[in-house]
Amino acid sequence: MPPSIFQTLCSRFGENIFHEQLTRDETPTVWTPQGKLVAVLEYLRSEAEQPYRMLYDLTAIDERALKSQYNGTGDFTLVYHLFSFERNAFIRIKTALRGEYPTAPSITDLWPSANWYEREVYDMFGIRFEGHPLLKRILMPVTWEGYPLRKEHPARATEMGPFRLFDEKEDREQQALQFKPEEWGLQRHSDDADFMFLNIGPQHPGTHGVLRIILQLDGEDIVDAVPDIGFHHRGAEKMGERQSWHTYIPYTDRIDYLGGVNNNLAYLLAVEKLAGIGVPERAEVIRVMLCELFRIASHLVWYGTFAQDVGQLSPVFYMFTDRERVFEIIEAVCGGRMHPNWFRIGGVAQDLPNGWDKLVRDFLNYFPKKLKEYDKMVMRNGLFKARTVGIGVFTQEEAIDWGVTGPGLRACGMEWDMRKKRPYSGYQHFEFDIPVAQNGDCYDRAAVRVNEMWQSLRIIEQCLNNMPAGSYKSDHPLATPPLKQFTMQDIETLIHHFLNVSWGPVIPGGEAMSCIEATKGWNGYYLTSDGNTSPYRVRVRTPSFAHMQMVPYISRGYTVADLLSILGAMDYVLADIDR
Amino acid sequence: MQQAAVNYWWIVGGVLFVLLNTAAGLIWLERRLLALWQDRYGPNRAGPFGLLIVLADTIKLFFKEDWIPPFADKAVFVFAPAVVVASVLMSFTVIPFGPNVVVADFNIGLLFFLAMSSLGVYSIVLGGWASNNKYALLGAMRGASQMISYEVFMGLALMGVVLMSGSFNLREIVEAQKGLWYIVPQLLGFVIFFIAGVAETHRLPFDIPEAESELVAGFHAEYSGMKFGMFFIGEYLGITLISSMIVTLYFGGWLGPAFLPGVIWFILKTFVFIAIFILMRASMPRPRYDQLMEYGWKVLFPLSLLNLLVTAAIILILKE
Repeated sequence: MPPSIFQTLCSRFGENIFHEQLTRDETPTVWTPQGKLVAVLEYLRSEAEQPYRMLYDLTAIDERALKSQYNGTGDFTLVYHLFSFERNAFIRIKTALRGEYPTAPSITDLWPSANWYEREVYDMFGIRFEGHPLLKRILMPVTWEGYPLRKEHPARATEMGPFRLFDEKEDREQQALQFKPEEWGLQRHSDDADFMFLNIGPQHPGTHGVLRIILQLDGEDIVDAVPDIGFHHRGAEKMGERQSWHTYIPYTDRIDYLGGVNNNLAYLLAVEKLAGIGVPERAEVIRVMLCELFRIASHLVWYGTFAQDVGQLSPVFYMFTDRERVFEIIEAVCGGRMHPNWFRIGGVAQDLPNGWDKLVRDFLNYFPKKLKEYDKMVMRNGLFKARTVGIGVFTQEEAIDWGVTGPGLRACGMEWDMRKKRPYSGYQHFEFDIPVAQNGDCYDRAAVRVNEMWQSLRIIEQCLNNMPAGSYKSDHPLATPPLKQFTMQDIETLIHHFLNVSWGPVIPGGEAMSCIEATKGWNGYYLTSDGNTSPYRVRVRTPSFAHMQMVPYISRGYTVADLLSILGAMDYVLADIDR
Repeated sequence: MQQAAVNYWWIVGGVLFVLLNTAAGLIWLERRLLALWQDRYGPNRAGPFGLLIVLADTIKLFFKEDWIPPFADKAVFVFAPAVVVASVLMSFTVIPFGPNVVVADFNIGLLFFLAMSSLGVYSIVLGGWASNNKYALLGAMRGASQMISYEVFMGLALMGVVLMSGSFNLREIVEAQKGLWYIVPQLLGFVIFFIAGVAETHRLPFDIPEAESELVAGFHAEYSGMKFGMFFIGEYLGITLISSMIVTLYFGGWLGPAFLPGVIWFILKTFVFIAIFILMRASMPRPRYDQLMEYGWKVLFPLSLLNLLVTAAIILILKE
């Protein structure tokens, strides 16, 4: 048996430096002293055998209010999640920070994607990173006072006093929004040209939401771009700390609002790991079926709007009509459409309705011929190709460096799908292929998504033909709400029902992380529980955040029109970026 | 001409009336046709078939606040939208709608048309420049280069027709097509003229100056109310103009079986091409601005020269 990563680290850096923590999700978790942090990460990234090449997530936890039995050794903890494709494994590196406003070394030299993650930690916790090129707020307005994810920062409006907007305050806020290129390290002139700064968004038809991108232009050529995000920030992570484990589910719907139940699933997989709940087979298959339906719905929105971004007006209407067909099924099953709020701890909210199979079968019969038609209309259209082939190219190495996941990663030749490689919710029982493409340009990203819809259809068909009988929810005591039919029989379930619904379930202490192949890439929840009715810390890792960070890098040298192709092919959702 | 001189003002008035109403009516037609092709209803509430949407839209445009941005160059800002409508309307003066229905029977009619349609570019450039808005400026820059380039091929493509008919007079060109419409011998010329015409009217797929998803509204981003309405009408008039030019030059103008009067034939043919314009909008994506220029100079330009050479050669050989 090869040595565990903990042993490898010990033999490389010496015994007694590290300390291993056991977690509920069995991800190797290594506490590292702050002084060794950069060295350890560098070792893991480039020197270690089967290196951990991707920085999956970087976040912090305010541990000052955490009960001692779950505690590390500091006031704040920095948490680095790395992923190794060779090992097919995550590793969690933690480092304890002391003091009210501690500092830590920056790792932006190791991973370019660390840039935004460190800014986010600074924005949310006030932890400073030494050596960071541009440490400023990212999600909150620059005028914000306090650091929201610190425990002393209020979460409820009632704790914050009434909101007033005085004239001076309004002026101050407006001034803060003015773009000063110097603040971002951009030049106004070069030796032979004056640059034009074009402000795209937050209100712009091409940005698909409240996103602001400031372009530094030489003629129509993009010299540099500065994405300004945070307009859609609703504090989903902070809200997790005040909601019960159960009542947080609807909030997850609104993270990637096109992905629907995929968000529920990412969250619940982590909760179920914490609580040790096994989900019955039928519930798993129902979950898979709904996830794939939502994947199709989400890809349809992307497909139509992408075509519209390059000027094709009609496909979006056809595709939204078809999405409506998917929603008909989803509506019949969940009652909701975009925000189904339908998965529950330990299963799903209800059993499938009578006649669901007919709805699904009708769709399966109907949709393939439409997909073929769209192929002809969009993917094989010469002008569409002219706008997307060879645009916004990145390589596999660049993709991994920047934390690109999902179709973007597969479009540059990496055959990696979490549903296949680290199956969850019973995906290992399904037959499907991983679509890949080789060139890593906008067209290939589109081609991968189109093929994914075909694969989703295959999965849905298998769900339809092999829907297992049984319960749609676990009989585990923490499954919330417990199965109603038993509450009338025995007092135990009745009490559980009462408590889990009124206070919410008490999830055992510990931490767990999930990672699913959501519609846009890897989506995961990293939950810390202190054995309470609500999480101690909820960390939402979204794919779009990492993707958006890469926009300046891949759009330099292209034109304004190409930027639209790049954004369209990226398939992001602003709520998924800002949370 | 004496016969026509009697009711000359009737012709002027009639042409103006029909054109402006057509342009307004196209609001309805375009929205209904787009809706038809995009699986939706389109405007169907006001009046029969939603026809009164035209009225509603016009009223709305007239009563919108006529706002001039404080940072704009006022005189030019106001002047620009007038240019587009004026220049297109002027072009219509030389078009023979029927055997005797023409406002000005110039013997340089075709050149006049080219001259007037070139003026149209001023409205885009001036409008975009005067708006003092970056999006508008980008749109204007794109529009200027696009229209100036496509003018070249447009002119060259038309020369084939001129060679064959031996006249710049549009009425004579139509009459020269009595035996055979020029679409047959001048197929290549027609294709080039049509593409250049779409670029000239900056309609999808060549709506690059206003590329909605990139430049929001491009050169007219700052315009509102009836000033925007002028650009709007100008665009529809432009479509009508290019369609009627196609009909005049390649599809035998008013010629047609005698059971319908010439004017009706002309209108019917024109509407077919207007519908094609709308269909193109419903179906095609937009190329990038540099691709459009490359396509023009590297493909269309040589082709139009070739067309001219071959036409000239054949005519020479036939004369021998």
